[in-house]
Amino acid sequence: MKTSPFSLDKWLRFFTNWEAMAEGFTRTLVIALLSLTLALAVGVVLGILSSSNNKALRRAVRCYVELFQNIPLVIQIYFFYYVLPYAGVVMDQFAIGVLGVGLYTGAYISEVVRTGIQSIPTGQMEAAKSQGFTYVQAMRLIILPQAFRLILPPLTNQAVNLIKNTSVLAIIAGGDLMYQADSLAASKLFYGPAYVTTGLLYFILCFPLSTMARKLEQRMHRKAAAPVAVSKKAPAQALAAPQTQMGGI
Amino acid sequence: MMTDILSVLTAENLLFLLDGLKMTIFYAGSTILLSICLGLILALLRSYSLGFWGKLAAMYIEVLRNTPLILWILGIRFLTPIPPLWSGVVSLTLFETAIIAEIIRGGLGGIPKGQFEAGHSQGFTFLQVLRFIVVPQCFRSIVPALLSQVITIVKDSSFLWAVAIEEFTGKGMILMGRFTSTAQVFTLFALMAAVYFTINFLLSAAVRRQSAKTGRKPTLEDLSAVTA
Repeated sequence: MKTSPFSLDKWLRFFTNWEAMAEGFTRTLVIALLSLTLALAVGVVLGILSSSNNKALRRAVRCYVELFQNIPLVIQIYFFYYVLPYAGVVMDQFAIGVLGVGLYTGAYISEVVRTGIQSIPTGQMEAAKSQGFTYVQAMRLIILPQAFRLILPPLTNQAVNLIKNTSVLAIIAGGDLMYQADSLAASKLFYGPAYVTTGLLYFILCFPLSTMARKLEQRMHRKAAAPVAVSKKAPAQALAAPQTQMGGI
Repeated sequence: MMTDILSVLTAENLLFLLDGLKMTIFYAGSTILLSICLGLILALLRSYSLGFWGKLAAMYIEVLRNTPLILWILGIRFLTPIPPLWSGVVSLTLFETAIIAEIIRGGLGGIPKGQFEAGHSQGFTFLQVLRFIVVPQCFRSIVPALLSQVITIVKDSSFLWAVAIEEFTGKGMILMGRFTSTAQVFTLFALMAAVYFTINFLLSAAVRRQSAKTGRKPTLEDLSAVTA
């Protein structure tokens, strides 16, 4: 008789190997946090540059974004892992994970940041400048804080994508959660429990974030739909409104 | 160096890669068609059914959207008796259906309630309103978002190489194993990246043209729905 892929015996054998799974989970978590930091840095800098007045800068950022968004992450990861060593650049899988996933997600985050900045009425920048703010000061103290509130939902969704995308490391034996689960399952033949648990662990990381993103989005909608009342909170409501027809790509 | 580069670009190698490209187009194409059909059903259920089926659709979407694609590719391949070729279509479709369902649901959410009331007052049944009034408008509004997702699906199909399905990435990596010089490896790699880039860049140009046509530029919400 063929045993079920989810037989009790398989679950028991799986749980005796929990340490390897925990190791993979921690590694996925650390790689995700580091690459998110990198992606945010890349994204904010490129996002600001692409809303500057300098045409050459804008074009350079455009190239970065198109290049990283239109080539599969798998290919980019293979580039770091397989091709760069030929040029004498050798990195371990951990570094490849942080750098590869970070640069890839950075391209997406820069688009979010750019759309956010462009959704702030240009009058704000003009007003700030008339008050003696420099461009950088106006960006940092006036435009970005307002844009941040608007871009929080898509930013959170990008974080979810990033966590899921760290699983690409499984194809280069990256030691992440997906890899640990798969290699354990293949060597000890308990695919069922390994995959179900892995799915659950990714779900635990991603579901709260994507739920938060949706809640934030719904709250903005309600604010946008509500009549703009004259109150101290009016600027926030007015901000949420132009979201439906803001400038973009 | 020149001979190295030319040794990669032989007719035999290019035809070998072309086979992979055909597979990529097959996987991406069938996934897009299937997941638009299934995604529409899930989106309608999640939007308009408050009962059991609506909850089930919501659960499916949330589970699939919050777990990585590669897990489904491996799971379907090793836990089901589906043959390798079709396991790729099944796993990609299962995953992308959830994402496309959310894009469609976003479109449905933008249709004013008055459209239903107007339809009902003209004697349309609920299903007729959906079929003739709501769904056509919804699809028109989500064309850019759907096209963006097509790009993602083309890219996502490269994950199939994880279960040794020989699509474009797979064929490329098989060829890669035959080359040893730096120039050869870089040439082949540049070629692979350029092919993906060309396909997806053309698609993203189409997205921009569509957005320009409707006069509606992508909003932060559109960016939110796009998966990376």
